[in-house]
Amino acid sequence: MSLTRLLAVARKEVLQILRDTRSLGIVVVMPVTLMLLFGYGVNIDLKGLPVYVYDQDGSQQSQDLLKHFQASPYFHIVRAVDNVPAIAHALDASQAKMGLVIPWNFSQRLSQGGPVEVQALVDASDDNTANVLMGYAQGVVQGYSTGVQISWMRSHGLSLQAAPINIATRTWYNEDLESRAFIIPGVLALVMSVIGAFLTSLTIAREWERGSMEQLISTPITAMEIMLGKLAPYFVLGMIDVAVCAVLAIAWFHVPFRGSYLTLTVSSALFLVVVLLLGFFISVAAKNQLAASQAALIITFLPAFLLSGFLFSIDQMPIVLQWITYIFPARYYVALLKKIFLKGTPAAMLGVDLLPLAGFTVVLALVATRSFHKRLE
Amino acid sequence: MFGRLKQMLIKELIQVVRDKRTRFILIGPPIIQMLVFGYAANFEIHNVSTVVVDMDHSQESRELISRFTSSPYFNVQEQLSDASRAHELIDQGKTTLALEIDAGFAQKLRNGETAPLQVIVDATNSNTALIASSYVSQIALGFAQQAQQEQIERIAPQVIEQVPSVQLEQRPWYNPDLRSRWFFVPGVIGSLTTVLVITLTSFAVVREREIGTLEQIMVTPIRPVEFILGKTLPFFLIGLFDALLIGAVGTFWFQIPFRGHFVVLLTGAVLFLICMLGMALLISTVSSTQQQAMVTAFFVIMPTITFSGFGFPISAMPHWMQLASYAIPLRYFLIVLRGTYLKGVGFDILWPQMAAMAGIGLFGLTMAISRFHKALD
Repeated sequence: MSLTRLLAVARKEVLQILRDTRSLGIVVVMPVTLMLLFGYGVNIDLKGLPVYVYDQDGSQQSQDLLKHFQASPYFHIVRAVDNVPAIAHALDASQAKMGLVIPWNFSQRLSQGGPVEVQALVDASDDNTANVLMGYAQGVVQGYSTGVQISWMRSHGLSLQAAPINIATRTWYNEDLESRAFIIPGVLALVMSVIGAFLTSLTIAREWERGSMEQLISTPITAMEIMLGKLAPYFVLGMIDVAVCAVLAIAWFHVPFRGSYLTLTVSSALFLVVVLLLGFFISVAAKNQLAASQAALIITFLPAFLLSGFLFSIDQMPIVLQWITYIFPARYYVALLKKIFLKGTPAAMLGVDLLPLAGFTVVLALVATRSFHKRLE
Repeated sequence: MFGRLKQMLIKELIQVVRDKRTRFILIGPPIIQMLVFGYAANFEIHNVSTVVVDMDHSQESRELISRFTSSPYFNVQEQLSDASRAHELIDQGKTTLALEIDAGFAQKLRNGETAPLQVIVDATNSNTALIASSYVSQIALGFAQQAQQEQIERIAPQVIEQVPSVQLEQRPWYNPDLRSRWFFVPGVIGSLTTVLVITLTSFAVVREREIGTLEQIMVTPIRPVEFILGKTLPFFLIGLFDALLIGAVGTFWFQIPFRGHFVVLLTGAVLFLICMLGMALLISTVSSTQQQAMVTAFFVIMPTITFSGFGFPISAMPHWMQLASYAIPLRYFLIVLRGTYLKGVGFDILWPQMAAMAGIGLFGLTMAISRFHKALD
């Protein structure tokens, strides 16, 4: 292997990247954009959900219950209607997430004693929102019910304690339960998959498409030198992106960072090498840029997005899909990122995730150079 | 005009269908992505691994625990006698949730004092943590209600029938079992169509320019409008074909109910495809290489999918993002998709979405065509 030849390839690649201002802009702008998109756009902390009410009773008591809903930050009573079809229409047209129906004999039943039922019609097409909303609604009604019971007992000369159970929930590693803290570390994996696999596979596939790769190969350069020379500039760009992302995450979004910068750098470098090799392999295997882009999408971006634990927890997936996640490197990197950012897991305990990544590097380096040779024959 | 247009259409379709790899790209990746999305995109939680630290060993504490043991959402793995061991298990990622009941729990309940239940959740996945804590509080609320009832029974057994209480009867419409898949799969049809149509169309146009065949075509008597129509119509058809293909996977494989009218969905899909074609043409006018087109397309697609409400509720986004989402055609198409699949609503409800897509589509297409003219002159 000759360092001069390797550097020559790298220099050519750098010049090409620098000349194409858009691609260069992408390298800087993309991580920032993705960070902002996911930092602000991915949020499940719901507040002010629109509610329609149909108060058949119109009494002091029913208004009281509605005030409890109004006081909750999670609900916003948008409109009072006077029939059930109006509620159904509002749910159909997504103008309301919930319709509350208070029966006509609400206050009468309350004064007679015994249970009264209030109906909540919930738009559950978004199951997650519905789930959280129903939990909040249950809490509001139960709070109201307890109040009613206490004042009833008091008016009969008996004393009753409110809320016999106090649930003290502590959410570890992400105390404010911010979606942001959970999402943003994983964005690094997305950014690097795009930089590593998309950009490299397309640039190299273009060389094949135009025939300039054959020209390069007729020179005394070896396959290894071509591969390393082509990938080195992208490695540098990728590491710059890691730095940009980490600074944004910590300084702008205030994501806790409890691990060490060294482990973050080592893990990121390792993952970057894996995706770069994958990108190189894809470009060798694919015949043209269209095929390369689709392959890069399916092999790197999609797993980083769906099968890495970035958004969706792996242990809730069907078992076969859980096995499949093991063959994609993104899974290990996302696990590393979450441990380094949120948990501050000591470096010695990160081996379970680092070793598979190292394994991928070795295997992919062998496969990529071999298929490169094969393609030339 | 129609003779030339027909020739152009035939040429384009042959070009797409001739190549085995391109043929595969039209069918393979959409189906793979649909399957992965359908199985992986899931916010439901089941069997959250839970440990219990019961320091009270009373009938009450055991009853509370049994409510968790019998819930499908929690998988109570171990009963520990030491809180620090539970903390260790969470630190190691071996369990997600720890319930701690201190000594004196039952005594406090019997005395009518507030009894604390401590909950620790691993919130590295904030979604799991949010849903899990919502279930914890629902279970604990149920237990609290019963405890309160028992308290009343002890204080005043003679009046237990007369004490009023309010109950909430919740009816989750459209998706009664709260299945994540029902929410995601219709959305996947929209986002996959977006990715497919934008990349394929912009690649096809840019490739002609990159290879230099665009100039050759321009010296023929074909007019720009004919060229654009001839170039985009095949992808319109392909997009429609793929949307139907993915839709069929959703209906027949994932068993998502389709409650609306096919004509409504088809109208929405046609309008949406017009928007996407306009977008793809605009991308192709600003890109001179396929790599640039890919990168630009990526920049359009990522925000489109994030802003559209595909995975996360628009109402939880910051205000500026909510405003921006009105310019995104996918936002409207998702409402049409979920409206026809889950809600079974028709034109009377969905006309505003249809009108918005028609407006955006016409505007985008006009812009694209006029820019295209300029690019050719």
